[in-house]
Amino acid sequence: MKRRQLIQAGLAGGGLLALGGCAGLGALPRHARVVVVGGGYGGATAAKYVRLLSDRRIDVVLIEPNASFVSCPISNLVVGGVKSIDEITSPYDRLGSAHGVRLARDRVVRIDANAKTVALGGGSSLRYDKLILSPGIDLMFDAVEGLHAANEAGRIVQAWKAGPETLALRRQLEAMRDGGVYAITIPEAPYRCPPGPYERASVVAAYFKRAKPRSKVLILDANPDVTSKAGLFKKAWTELYPGMVEYRPQHKAVAVDAKTNTVKFDVHDEVKADVLNVLPPMRAGQIAVQTGLANANARWCNVHYQTFESTAAKDIHVIGDSIQIAPLMPKSAHMANAHGKVAAAAVVAELLGLEVNPRPMLNNTCYSFVGDDSVIHVASVHEYVAAEKTFKTVAGSGGVSSARNELEAGYALAWARNIWADTLG
Amino acid sequence: MRSIRWRPMAALGFLLTTAAGAWAQAPQTPLHLRALAATCASCHGTDGRAVDATGSVALQGLGRDYIVQQMTAFRSGTRPATVMHQLAKGYTPEQIEQLAAYFAAQK
Repeated sequence: MKRRQLIQAGLAGGGLLALGGCAGLGALPRHARVVVVGGGYGGATAAKYVRLLSDRRIDVVLIEPNASFVSCPISNLVVGGVKSIDEITSPYDRLGSAHGVRLARDRVVRIDANAKTVALGGGSSLRYDKLILSPGIDLMFDAVEGLHAANEAGRIVQAWKAGPETLALRRQLEAMRDGGVYAITIPEAPYRCPPGPYERASVVAAYFKRAKPRSKVLILDANPDVTSKAGLFKKAWTELYPGMVEYRPQHKAVAVDAKTNTVKFDVHDEVKADVLNVLPPMRAGQIAVQTGLANANARWCNVHYQTFESTAAKDIHVIGDSIQIAPLMPKSAHMANAHGKVAAAAVVAELLGLEVNPRPMLNNTCYSFVGDDSVIHVASVHEYVAAEKTFKTVAGSGGVSSARNELEAGYALAWARNIWADTLG
Repeated sequence: MRSIRWRPMAALGFLLTTAAGAWAQAPQTPLHLRALAATCASCHGTDGRAVDATGSVALQGLGRDYIVQQMTAFRSGTRPATVMHQLAKGYTPEQIEQLAAYFAAQK
């Protein structure tokens, strides 16, 4: 009893000062609950870090329909035939056993921002004090005529959400004759993982060089130039795959014909390929759009960058690929993981009555394989600038590899294993 | 007197008070420092506990002076690197001092 009195004295005295605006400690919900929607790099990280940074004082429920986590980073190596899908798949269970996150394998069908509830596909409803929404991207199949049906039929895949389509694309490449053409179309930026399509083209070329040396890789890009690590990618294509990889800028796909495996463009001539991999334009995940949070061009979610709270709804924090990005901020897994931590810290601060970090930081490192054992990177460090209410890269920081190298092939795989553990373990 | 239902929150207040007191001289609260340290975790493991045998340096328990020296060398370019020289330049000397103390204290 003595100890309890001491604790209460501490709370009544200096405690309140230390806690800042926490005269409202009594207003702290007895079981403050954070609901996290989406168990990708952003959401899983946010769920874990709310538990860590609150010293387990805040309940966290993570809602994710998939049974396990399949990583988009490294999935191009499955497409290229040097990794298996099992090697990029991780379980969710440590979020529960090690961190006390409650896992709900379900899909969110509706968010009521006024009542602060989410309705699940299974029929139940959950109340939240704070919602962290990490819905990833929605692929806009309807932006390319004929693509929806071609994708449904399994004829033209995207494989931009890692999983069954990753394996489907691999099977198509394995079935292709030597001397065939693999074509990938890239939508206008911004899209998920800026260097990803160029990495995919590179590892497919590496596979062809090994197994089908008379084949071709055709990159059909809606953008005016390679959107990430341009010099390094182009040098790799010229030096590692001479005559095999062809890059065509300003090719915006507008329609496909699944019968002939042909893609049509807004101005250029149509292209026929043996394996056609079409990446349609992208926008914020459907649940964000339907909740009215995609208020930037009806595609991406504007957020207050200091906390990642939506500009459209109080107490809903949106992270990951679905946000309207700050300058030079890529839509990447590493960045989503970083968003998750900043949002988690902000949510913890707000729920516990602590000061919200006036200058949160983010960083990013994206490795890309240009050959089986050859890798390049782009890195950046971002700080929140209160006067401009946005993240900006720190002057003098960041950059790309000086040249492609084998050392970073090891680092890329080390990065993957560590970020998987940081996100899920 | 307060009823028993207040106990968890009272205990929480105590923890926060103690933690805040310990860091009274630091420009950042523990929460902000933990969030700053979390920016290293994507590659170096949560709280610096890197996954074994991956090649990523585990920062947990490294000497404070050693971390400051290495990060300073990355910033100045005296220690060559593939990526760390680019990332180190994104952090101020004060942040590096705080991060070094944080990781040195992780057991």
